[in-house]
Amino acid sequence: MNRDDFKSRMDQWQEGTVDKLLSKRPERKEKFQTTSMNEMKRVFTALDAPEESVMEDGLPGGYPFTRGVQPTMYRGRFWTMRQYAGFGTAELTNERYKYLLDQGQTGLSVAFDLPTQIGYDSDHELAEGEVGKVGVAVDSLRDLEILFDGIPMDKVSTSMTINSPAAVLLSMYMAVAEKQGVSPEKLRGTIQNDLLKEYIARGTYIFPPTPSLKVITDIMAFCKEKIPSWNTVSISGYHIREAGSSAVQEVAFTLANGITYVEAALDAGLDVDEFAGRLSFFFNCHNNLIEEVSKFRAARRMWAKIMKERFKAKDPRSMMLRFHTQTAGCSLTAQQPDNNIVRVTIQAMAAVLGGTQSLHTNSRDEALCLPTQDSVRIALRTQQIIANESGVADTCDPLAGSYCVEALTDEIETKALEYIAKIEDLGGVVKAIEAGYIQKEIADSAYRYQKDIETADEIVVGVNKFTMEEAPPTNLLRVDQAVEDYQKEKTIKVRAERDQAATDKALASLEKVATDGANVMPPIYEAVKTYATLGEICDTLRGVYGEYSEAG
Amino acid sequence: MSGKTIRVLIAKPGLDGHDRGAKVVARALRDAGMEVIYTGIRQTPEKIVATAVQEDVDVVGLSCLSGAHNVLFPRVAQGIKEKGKEGVLLFGGGIIPLEDIPGLKDSGFKEIFLPGTDTNTVVDFINDFLK
Repeated sequence: MNRDDFKSRMDQWQEGTVDKLLSKRPERKEKFQTTSMNEMKRVFTALDAPEESVMEDGLPGGYPFTRGVQPTMYRGRFWTMRQYAGFGTAELTNERYKYLLDQGQTGLSVAFDLPTQIGYDSDHELAEGEVGKVGVAVDSLRDLEILFDGIPMDKVSTSMTINSPAAVLLSMYMAVAEKQGVSPEKLRGTIQNDLLKEYIARGTYIFPPTPSLKVITDIMAFCKEKIPSWNTVSISGYHIREAGSSAVQEVAFTLANGITYVEAALDAGLDVDEFAGRLSFFFNCHNNLIEEVSKFRAARRMWAKIMKERFKAKDPRSMMLRFHTQTAGCSLTAQQPDNNIVRVTIQAMAAVLGGTQSLHTNSRDEALCLPTQDSVRIALRTQQIIANESGVADTCDPLAGSYCVEALTDEIETKALEYIAKIEDLGGVVKAIEAGYIQKEIADSAYRYQKDIETADEIVVGVNKFTMEEAPPTNLLRVDQAVEDYQKEKTIKVRAERDQAATDKALASLEKVATDGANVMPPIYEAVKTYATLGEICDTLRGVYGEYSEAG
Repeated sequence: MSGKTIRVLIAKPGLDGHDRGAKVVARALRDAGMEVIYTGIRQTPEKIVATAVQEDVDVVGLSCLSGAHNVLFPRVAQGIKEKGKEGVLLFGGGIIPLEDIPGLKDSGFKEIFLPGTDTNTVVDFINDFLK
């Protein structure tokens, strides 16, 4: 059948069969939409996804990587199962890591507490009440030594969710590895090191954008020489989505940030193929399975084209959008928390169907507290069941060629490119952040979603439908306030026992290098080895770079 | 209170950057006809108290998802009292264990809203209280 014949058959179907049925039995909604307000048609057909355009996506492992970044994907090996974990002290978190590795987890992911993320030691006045709460407290090299005690750093890859002080934590990681006898070129892992999304959505900034971008390019240049298998920036859409964006906005704002990092590195004199292969991405995954799968495919194709056509990358690795996924924290409900296991399963499935390189599955109790060990195990088992039992890992990009997925992939790409163009009209990401544009777009989406829940246009099971009386949840994990005192004492002791003259000298050297505008990584690495604390190093840089604060 | 526009300060004490909820609540209160000031993230309790006094607000709503609420919320309540503003209505929200709520209420918070709360519930709570 040719296209025209099919089109007329479709018209007949619409006017005859469908309209007739609708007059008797209307559909559930007048309009079906994804989170990005893309219309979900009644049926997608070959007219929405012509075969020629699907073929342009090529094959897995080849440009434009729509079909996946590796030729064999999960037939070779599964994605890295990497649960984000950290709470209390390094001692407590080290135990959790060993438990997770024993249970078959294949990579580590460090959650730091907020004082660590914002560059305050645990005895800083602004740290009060926050020490060890949302992650592990790290003040000095001593804490990282404890955190990785008994964990083979040459075998395990580690992701660290650290941004403003990324240079400090990467230095500490290298220093601990050195003590374990592992040389830097053997280390594999990721630092988040994505400051732009901190101003947009996450909030753990320290310095203003310009010096932040400078430190990021310093890290890229340092890693290229010293620690070549390290992912230097994990360009993160996760938090943008958590803040309320749609799937299209997540892709658009994340790739716009990525473009900004590439431009900053090029301006710093790096060659595109020297650093671009070490950029990785981090996305969220929500419940709308088809939209999410399409989102990942669209993001891969967009990044490949941007890198090749705009930045003239030659190495295919520079064009590959490799990404970590975390299921959607904001989709978890405090009501009937066991239902979250099901949500996480759908989201994890979408991430795998979308071709993720690593995955964190949230635990059922995270709308209530940090996850307990039992909850974390179920979350990890969810991944293991998808990997080993569902069959979706046995072929590459299994949903390719679905009319609906292909049409949505195209539509997400088109709409995200429109956003990127708009941001460039505003003068780029930094200007768009300063103007509040990106933040407002996200806040508008968040508000619209909330209103949709309140009018029951969006149903959240257990929240606005299928509700029930529940007993208060029990068996929640709490971080004891005593952790704060223990951590403070440990850090005070580290300061007392170290060679103070060596620390002073290292910090003075850092201050000079930062003032002169040279690469700050080498002096930070030297400083952490003298047990200079994270707070001292960040204070030194605050003195040179100043601090950012959000306009209220 | 009738006739006078209710003035509300929505604030994020501590180091927590999760402000989706705070912004949504701020906007819902605004849509309900209140005048709302949102501080932005990473405010100290002292700064929040100073803003509340300076802006002469009727209501202060705090949001915290980092687990530091037991330290930070009472400090705001204490500061408001010390400034002689006992009449200011205090409420909070965030990821807050049920067992912490009585303590927060003792410190002066009239209500703590948990995840999944309808924004109309917050609007009604304020209107009813200030009637």
